[in-house]
Amino acid sequence: MSDNIENIELLGTIGIFVSTPDSNSPQIRQQGSAMPFGNTHNKAKMNYDSDQEYPDLSKHNNHMAKILTPAMYERLRSKETPSGFTLDDIIQTGIDNPGHPFIMTVGCVAGDEETYEVFKELLDPVIEDRHGGYKPSDKHKTDIDPANLKGGDDLDPDYVLSSRVRTGRSVRGFCLPPHCSRGERRAVEKLSIEALASLTGDLNGKYYALKNMTDAEQQQLIDDHFLFDKPVSPLLLASGMGRDWPDARGIWHNDNKTFLVWVNEEDHLRVISMQKGGNMKEVFNRFCTGLTKIETLFKERNHAFMWNEHLGYVLTCPSNLGTGLRAGVHVKLPNMSKNAKFEDVLKKLRLQKRGTGGVDTAAVGGVFDISNADRLGFSEVELVQMVVDGVKLLVDMEKKLEKGQSIDDIMPAQK
Amino acid sequence: MAKNCHNDYKMKFTGEEEFPDLSLHNNHMAKVLTKEIYGKLRGKSTPSGFTVDDVIQTGVDNPGHPFIMTVGCVAGDEECYEVFKDLLDPIISDRHGGYKPTDKHKTDLNFENLKGGDDLDPNYVLSSRVRTGRSIKGFTLPPHNSRGERRGIEKLSIEALASLDGEFKGKYYPLNGMTDAEQDLLINDHFLFDKPVSPLLTCAGMARDWPDGRGIWHNDNKTFLVWVNEEDHLRVISMQLGGNMKEVFRRFCVGLKKIEEIFKKHNHGFSWNEHLGYILTCPSNLGTGLRGGVHVKLPKLSTHAKFEEILTRLRLQKRGTGGVDTASVGGVFDISNADRLGSSEVDQVQLVVDGVKLMVEMEKKLEKNESIDGMIPAQK
Repeated sequence: MSDNIENIELLGTIGIFVSTPDSNSPQIRQQGSAMPFGNTHNKAKMNYDSDQEYPDLSKHNNHMAKILTPAMYERLRSKETPSGFTLDDIIQTGIDNPGHPFIMTVGCVAGDEETYEVFKELLDPVIEDRHGGYKPSDKHKTDIDPANLKGGDDLDPDYVLSSRVRTGRSVRGFCLPPHCSRGERRAVEKLSIEALASLTGDLNGKYYALKNMTDAEQQQLIDDHFLFDKPVSPLLLASGMGRDWPDARGIWHNDNKTFLVWVNEEDHLRVISMQKGGNMKEVFNRFCTGLTKIETLFKERNHAFMWNEHLGYVLTCPSNLGTGLRAGVHVKLPNMSKNAKFEDVLKKLRLQKRGTGGVDTAAVGGVFDISNADRLGFSEVELVQMVVDGVKLLVDMEKKLEKGQSIDDIMPAQK
Repeated sequence: MAKNCHNDYKMKFTGEEEFPDLSLHNNHMAKVLTKEIYGKLRGKSTPSGFTVDDVIQTGVDNPGHPFIMTVGCVAGDEECYEVFKDLLDPIISDRHGGYKPTDKHKTDLNFENLKGGDDLDPNYVLSSRVRTGRSIKGFTLPPHNSRGERRGIEKLSIEALASLDGEFKGKYYPLNGMTDAEQDLLINDHFLFDKPVSPLLTCAGMARDWPDGRGIWHNDNKTFLVWVNEEDHLRVISMQLGGNMKEVFRRFCVGLKKIEEIFKKHNHGFSWNEHLGYILTCPSNLGTGLRGGVHVKLPKLSTHAKFEEILTRLRLQKRGTGGVDTASVGGVFDISNADRLGSSEVDQVQLVVDGVKLMVEMEKKLEKNESIDGMIPAQK
């Protein structure tokens, strides 16, 4: 018996999981952070020096490739977060997806909340580059009090066809989708089901687990444009987010089909509020009310949302830090969109355009998806305010152009 | 796809909470893995850090096919087959015809032990080919290896192959940096391999860092070909048009031995043990890792009622000429050995040589409208 214990302790110090008779006996295992040389899932890689392990990024065009130098790689390669996420885990998706000459992808993901701290040397510059110069010392303001939004209930429905606000949330105490185990993912699902089941009134709804959905349910969710499918994008797959599909993934929506939650897709939770027409105020009201209720329920179960005063809400992709919020409308701007100043106006308003199929699609019939460009460094109220004010102005401009009038005197200043 | 499987937090959950949902699955892993086995193995890892979740991830993510029984697990290093034997031994037994944990595998790469094989009728046998895989000791396997390891394997392979001469003189083409002209030629020669798209492979992590450290080597005669860092560290292929399997096998054995010598000199021999033979990434390739086959015209025999039975008795399998799972075209079939483990290389190629000879004779008889009933072989 004593031999066994000695062996276990010895094996523990060189970082090997030690077998125990069954899964109920206490697991004796190596704490990753205590390992003398840190990180490795593949311990053999520490037999090689940093130059031999440094990835070939010569054809790459993403934020990670711009920032990760060989010297930085050397300093970070032996670290790991308490759950065992390493630098190589973070950057694998950026290595496997060199990027696009015109689209700047992020090229890295977080595996847990601690990733952003342990690997700040890499992630702070990535965040700064992606979020308009956001500094490591900056503070992010969260404001999901819908009463602070001015107006937004009177966007012209002849032009504004639909309004939508989405965000993501991570549940503290669990690793993120690139890294979470099946047990963790199922626990996130279980907590989510409990929390959502206790919503009432306008938010009364139902959960549909992906793995035992009936054909009828599936068809309905497809028709409603609610159903999400296994990721096919190599950006997501290369980071490990598709593992064990469809285990513990599901969709919840309220009976009115105006509030939707995705469980365990790209983030632990994706929360969406939407409706036809231009009443962004109502959409945002429901968004804030629903989110706040859900957050309270999670907090009661000792699993609050991941948040800190520097990065705001912590999500899997660094591009979604802060508010994680994209608020947008589908709006008819056939004249405005052909105007030479369209791009400039959008930039000044801090808005971005997409086709109505989402990111990277083309506009159809002059209808554009217009949403906030920022995520971090502005509050939710501020971002939705920009959308509300900006879209109102764009519609005014559209109306002027329809009448053959100039828009020069209503050009906005840079926000 | 990357792997979860070094997530320390999973040990906070019970084996039951972590056990995968295999209810829709049809692969060897799903048949064998019980909650008890999972509970016993989940706290283990090999010295390089490969865990049972790493082993099974590809089988969890790829439920399988109602008709094709995939393996559903991979090894990340040589030690997997020992540390996870509770899972892998039953899978090996299931896949390799009842091969027992106590069985010994015989290796025989002495081409002179092959009888005949130089006289398969070229009017029927269009081409002959032998392939196998090899893992290099001291490096982890493609699902798990780091960039440094993979590059180390490539470097050793380039050195080893560069020192070959005579009929084995050749050239290495790294995937990274191939010119368009080189690429076109390799495609035309049917030599070029591309980034795996099969989720069976990508879910096991074999496509990471593509195309870093990957390449193709072939001799000037284009009869001996080596793939570096694709599904295994090395894939070695000997081939030529016509029916001279003896010559193909001679070149295969001679070339392999030469390569192995050079790796041994660098203290990186091939992974092998007396129970499992050559250690490869997929348990289905253990033993010899050898597939010896021909493209052969059997338009009449292939439509005969007893064709499948004959193949089974001869311990052969058929494929279309596009490889596994393709249809045959113009009555031309790819016929190769079905076994990998439990019989030697010579044994397996002998089965192909004797079996194909018999089938060509049967084909000739059927052409003359004669019966083949007296020629049906006994079970080998």
